[in-house]
Amino acid sequence: MSETAEAPGPVTIVETPIHLDYKFTPGVAQSRFLRALERGEITGQRCPKCQKVYVPPRGACSMCGVATDEEVKLSGKGTITTFCVTQIPSPGLVPPYVTAWIRLDGSDITSMFLIQECDPAEVRLGMRVEAVWVEESELVPDLGNIKYFRPIDEPDAEYETYKDYV
Amino acid sequence: MKSFLRDVAIVASATFETPSEPSRNEVEMLLPVIHDALGQVGLSQGEIGFTVSGSSDYLQGYTFAFVGALDAVGAWPPIRESHLEMDGAFALAEAVAYLQEGHVDTALVYAFARPSRGDLDRTLSVQLDPYTVAPLWPDARGLAGLQAQAMRDSGRYGDVPDVTPTYVGDGVTAVILATGDRARELTKTPVWIRGIDHRIEAQMLGLRDLGSSASTKLAGEGAGATNIDEAYLHVLYPHQELLVKDALGLDRQPVNTAAGPMMVGGLERLATAAKSIAGTGKRAVATATSGACMQQNLVAVLEGAAA
Amino acid sequence: MTEEVLVADHTIEYTYTRSTGPMIGAFLTGLRDGKIVGCRGADGRVIVPAVDYDPVTSEDLSETVEVADEGVVTTWSWNDRPLLGQPLDHPFAWALVKLDGADTSLLAAVDVDDPSKISTGSRVKARWAEERVGSITDIAAFEVV
Repeated sequence: MSETAEAPGPVTIVETPIHLDYKFTPGVAQSRFLRALERGEITGQRCPKCQKVYVPPRGACSMCGVATDEEVKLSGKGTITTFCVTQIPSPGLVPPYVTAWIRLDGSDITSMFLIQECDPAEVRLGMRVEAVWVEESELVPDLGNIKYFRPIDEPDAEYETYKDYV
Repeated sequence: MKSFLRDVAIVASATFETPSEPSRNEVEMLLPVIHDALGQVGLSQGEIGFTVSGSSDYLQGYTFAFVGALDAVGAWPPIRESHLEMDGAFALAEAVAYLQEGHVDTALVYAFARPSRGDLDRTLSVQLDPYTVAPLWPDARGLAGLQAQAMRDSGRYGDVPDVTPTYVGDGVTAVILATGDRARELTKTPVWIRGIDHRIEAQMLGLRDLGSSASTKLAGEGAGATNIDEAYLHVLYPHQELLVKDALGLDRQPVNTAAGPMMVGGLERLATAAKSIAGTGKRAVATATSGACMQQNLVAVLEGAAA
Repeated sequence: MTEEVLVADHTIEYTYTRSTGPMIGAFLTGLRDGKIVGCRGADGRVIVPAVDYDPVTSEDLSETVEVADEGVVTTWSWNDRPLLGQPLDHPFAWALVKLDGADTSLLAAVDVDDPSKISTGSRVKARWAEERVGSITDIAAFEVV
């Protein structure tokens, strides 16, 4: 309470802290995904019905409602489908910095990553990028293994190839 | 009891329960169970008119788990969907009401929970009054003990059993509902929901008569729980069986009780009752409870059309 | 190869800041000042803790009534395994306590070391916390008189 002993006004606000401890498990599919990250690999899962590949895999195709169990290994290259330049500081990040939705090659869903080693003014839809990983000795079962994505020397992807993901 | 505009039946159900599911997440637990229930009546997910679920994210400590769980139903193209932070039995009541509108003929109701991931006795305290009760972190078992003692002190129940540890189980249940002719098309043994009602009591424990269950009694009257052949009661602690039987006037009927996973057990009771009386011509009552000391109670009356 | 499913310690922690409303505010203000404050319901009975709306008629309630910090146990249970956050870190009894002057009961911990020392009808008195801040935890526990 902000009131002091000298001038105690009526209580109008209370703070009610909640603290709950769990042993969280992400499930079978996401555990496999995280184990792959620990090996320096990105894996997805293919839907047996619509053939879409999900990264991270959640064990189900959210559109078809069926289990996914075919594992697909991805290259770590992808295409920027949309992005945002942030001008506000954030812990560990110096503005301006770029956050982008990236469709990884071979997948049918986009994921959000940082774009670095690149002038924010250069970032554009269709830009080809690749994952930059932490040192091999630092690999853990965590998506944080991928520090950011950086541009690669490839022609931009045609709009037609990613228009459904913008 | 009011009659329904459209008769609704339980036409299929499936359930999975384990003391602790170590591996699979909610979606991975739900998928086979939902597919099992749909498969029993040859329905595909696209043919389901309305989908509604009951769960509480606090149980497994996974925020918006109820949104994630939709992966198990294939919510594309966009489906008609709803969710309750309550036992799945209350979600079933919502589905029955939805089906009265006449837009759709089938509904999928499911519930899921994985409370083994946390400390259920502590987790449940977040549903209590946040100003004067929850800061004391009362455990669910301790609160149930207040209820058991109030029953002893009332002298109305004979021997009142001791409170057992709060049941922790993980699991999922899925139920398929269909209306009138559609139900008869889907199965030879539809189990008709002849009445369903649910009531809630005050949140403040000190305002309630813990030695009886006024909400169960009123819900039973609302659901028309008379001429009952069998009872399937959702009971979280042994003494609560006495309260529910008293409130519903059950004396000679066979009574089958279970707790089941929190948020799942009530829907599981309805599903089990339906399976048991399908094709028999019998009438069963099934109950579901939620909240501290049975704060909310649902009563459903089911009738298994003779095969 | 079956890979072991990952498990991680995971804590959900959040401090909600809640406005109290006038009557719950009066109750909490009372606790801070070492008093227990209820309110008069639409039917005349004294409700403790004070509530903003009548539990039966939903009417706004506004008349505060101070009650004693001593009363009688209306039901109780034994807690042999105190959990994180509970009022006492050793076994104790939970009880609903009807304070003298009140018509409803309050949930509280009763500090007794054995279940044989409490029963329905036991008289209990509040033991106040050394530092009171305007929270239900300003009552450290009740003690059997």
